[in-house]
Amino acid sequence: MSKVLMRQMAKNQSGTITAVKVGGELGRRIREMGIVPGTIITIQGRAPLNDPVALRVMGGTLTLRNNEADHIEIEVED
Amino acid sequence: MSAEFKIALAGNPNAGKTTLFNAITGARQHVGNYPGVTVEKKEGIYECDGKRLKIVDLPGTYSLAAYSVEEIVARNFLLQERPRVVINIVDAANLERNLYLSTQLFEIGVPVIIALNMMDVAKERGIAIDCRKLSDLLSLPVVPIVARKGEGVDELMRQTAQLAAQEREWRPANISYGEDMDEILLTMEEKIKAASFLTDLYHPRWTALKLLEADSQLREAGIRANKKLYEELAGKVKKISRHTMRTLETTPEAIIADYRYGYIKSILMQGVISHQYDINRLYTSDKIDKILTQRFIGPLIMIGVLFGLYQFTFGLSALPMAWVTDFFDLMARGVNHLMADGPLKSLLISGIIAGVGGVLSFVPLIMLMFMGLAFLEDSGYLARVAFMLDRIFRIFGLHGNSVMAYIVSGGIAGGCAVPGVMATRTLRSPRERMATLLTAPFMNCGAKLPILALLIGTFFAKYQAGFMLFLTLLAWVTALLTAKFLRLTILKGESTPFIMEMPPYRFPTFKGLMIHTWEKTWHYIQKAGTVILGISILMWVIMSYPALPAHQRQALNQERQEIINSTSAGSTHRQEMLSGIDRKEAELKLKNSVAGYLGRGLEHVSWLAGFNWRTNIALIGGVAAKEVIVSTLATAYSMGDKVGSDKGSLAQTLTRSPGWTPVVSLSLIVFVMFYSPCFITVVCISKEAG
Ligand SMILES: Nc1nc2c(ncn2[C@@H]2O[C@H](COP(=O)(O)OP(=O)(O)O)[C@@H](O)[C@H]2O)c(=O)[nH]1
Repeated sequence: MSKVLMRQMAKNQSGTITAVKVGGELGRRIREMGIVPGTIITIQGRAPLNDPVALRVMGGTLTLRNNEADHIEIEVED
Repeated sequence: MSAEFKIALAGNPNAGKTTLFNAITGARQHVGNYPGVTVEKKEGIYECDGKRLKIVDLPGTYSLAAYSVEEIVARNFLLQERPRVVINIVDAANLERNLYLSTQLFEIGVPVIIALNMMDVAKERGIAIDCRKLSDLLSLPVVPIVARKGEGVDELMRQTAQLAAQEREWRPANISYGEDMDEILLTMEEKIKAASFLTDLYHPRWTALKLLEADSQLREAGIRANKKLYEELAGKVKKISRHTMRTLETTPEAIIADYRYGYIKSILMQGVISHQYDINRLYTSDKIDKILTQRFIGPLIMIGVLFGLYQFTFGLSALPMAWVTDFFDLMARGVNHLMADGPLKSLLISGIIAGVGGVLSFVPLIMLMFMGLAFLEDSGYLARVAFMLDRIFRIFGLHGNSVMAYIVSGGIAGGCAVPGVMATRTLRSPRERMATLLTAPFMNCGAKLPILALLIGTFFAKYQAGFMLFLTLLAWVTALLTAKFLRLTILKGESTPFIMEMPPYRFPTFKGLMIHTWEKTWHYIQKAGTVILGISILMWVIMSYPALPAHQRQALNQERQEIINSTSAGSTHRQEMLSGIDRKEAELKLKNSVAGYLGRGLEHVSWLAGFNWRTNIALIGGVAAKEVIVSTLATAYSMGDKVGSDKGSLAQTLTRSPGWTPVVSLSLIVFVMFYSPCFITVVCISKEAG
């Protein structure tokens, strides 16, 4: 088990969110979409220019930019 | 007179709210705006067991925070209009996330009934939901439905009517946000109650919760109502914030959000939901995405799809467009035949029939374009376009969602800048929004299409689709560069979050497509029938008056007489000579009119671009509304080439006119694309920009 930032995750890699380290509007938007500690996510793919990233959360697909993914800490299996 | 109850319909975007609203109210809807903002407000009536339910469609949101206009509108409606019941539409295939909004409805305390939509999708995905249990745990009615097929809708409405008939007090749900938060909430609630702080508007617990969440709207209201108490409460919030930052490295707002999800999870885990398959299993939709958003193939397919849309639109619309043109031609000739020469006849033929006919002949094209666009949007493909293009848009200081505004404005030619400008409302940063707002009108909207299509069809007939694609790209490049320029100069600043949901691909329903297409086409026709007709008549007036001075008319008549004397009756030679004089007269007339003076005045400048004074007149009209360009040209040329005397469309007239070359038409195309947004757009922009 180790902690990484979401940006560093590879395609198809899964993990559990441990922290969302941002407040304000961005933090609120991230949380209201279900990206909260304890949620399991899987990286589904990236846009043609590598950014934004698409992830699977609670059976749906969300997209966010890499610099937004940088605020999200994930625990992944090694 | 039966009782009337106000019912609100709330839900996440893509939960099927529009579909349900249409299923409930049918054709009995009324579309307006929420006061003060340009968010669309749909209302409809449903009657059941002698009760009248007035259904109000709230904007689709994920939350009731006070960040976006939609959220503020939805929240204010609930708190100020106090509906009897909220129908909360929830996507069963996405239950956990959708319940986040529901939780916030529970916090407000309004009576809620849950419409559990997309039961068919859930079933297909192996998700079983125990509605009875969910209903028991939440203590509110839950009705499973399939809005698209209308299943369960009657039952939903029956239970809604029942709930509405009960006079119920609003009771905020008692959700726990952890020990620290619960404790401070309770203290704040007591103080609020004791001082009757904002209690005429909100429940004390809700006020306390929002203050803890650092809600901007509540801060303003609080300061206005009781500044001293507000500051005391804010002090408490600050203290606990410092505490949580120190111990948990997070804010109360974040903790509350986490606990809301915790609350949802705790309910779902009590056997409400069971998955037959792995929950993160890839569905058909994800498999399609593997190809459609693939690094190399994705963008290629995207270009192909857009090109296909043009082929579809232009290919299929040619024939019906010709029918409409023929019809108005026939009408003009009929009028020409039946009426005696005079100003009224001229008004009818040159002002009304030519003007409105010119606009209506493009209805088939616009209809097909809207249909294609609605297909892309309803199927979910447009969200993928935003996803793929966001990185590029960011370079220009915009947002992936700007794509929508651009596309609706005519990024896929044929939209309209008016709804496009309104679509910028999904952009939350005021700067990106302004940049999008100001550049979206550069796109080729449906009103520019007639003149573009006319010129392309006339001078570049062989390459119609390719040429249209080129013009579209030109519009995009110009808009993007202008946006970048704006973002570097007067609109400097940070970019907004992109976080967005990608809806699964769905096959659009025929009914849904038809409703979308019809709504937009009808809008266009209405515009043609009112504004454009008015402008058409106005243009006719300034093109007809003042009349030719008597001595010129006499001179022309004399010339006619000479021709008649010098040629034999009935010969084609005489015919040609005479119609030559007619043309000369019409041209002199136009030159002599108000419009002629304006147009000729501008010729001193416009000859540089190759525009003659007729084009100038049309462009003057185009400032009011772009559609008018074609109709004015038609009027200008039909006057110079009397309708009925020679069968021929405007296109043929243009090809025959000296001075019209492909180069001139290209220069006109570019000018029309960028010179000025129409009157209505200008009004909208200033309204949106505030
Ligand atoms: N399979 C299925 N699709 C649905 C159902 N209800 C709505 N849809 C589809 O979901 C999509 C989004 O619906 P819409 O009403 O536009 O969602 P809104 O964004 O909430 O207004 C459309 O393509 C609908 O046809 C349903 O019960 N089952």
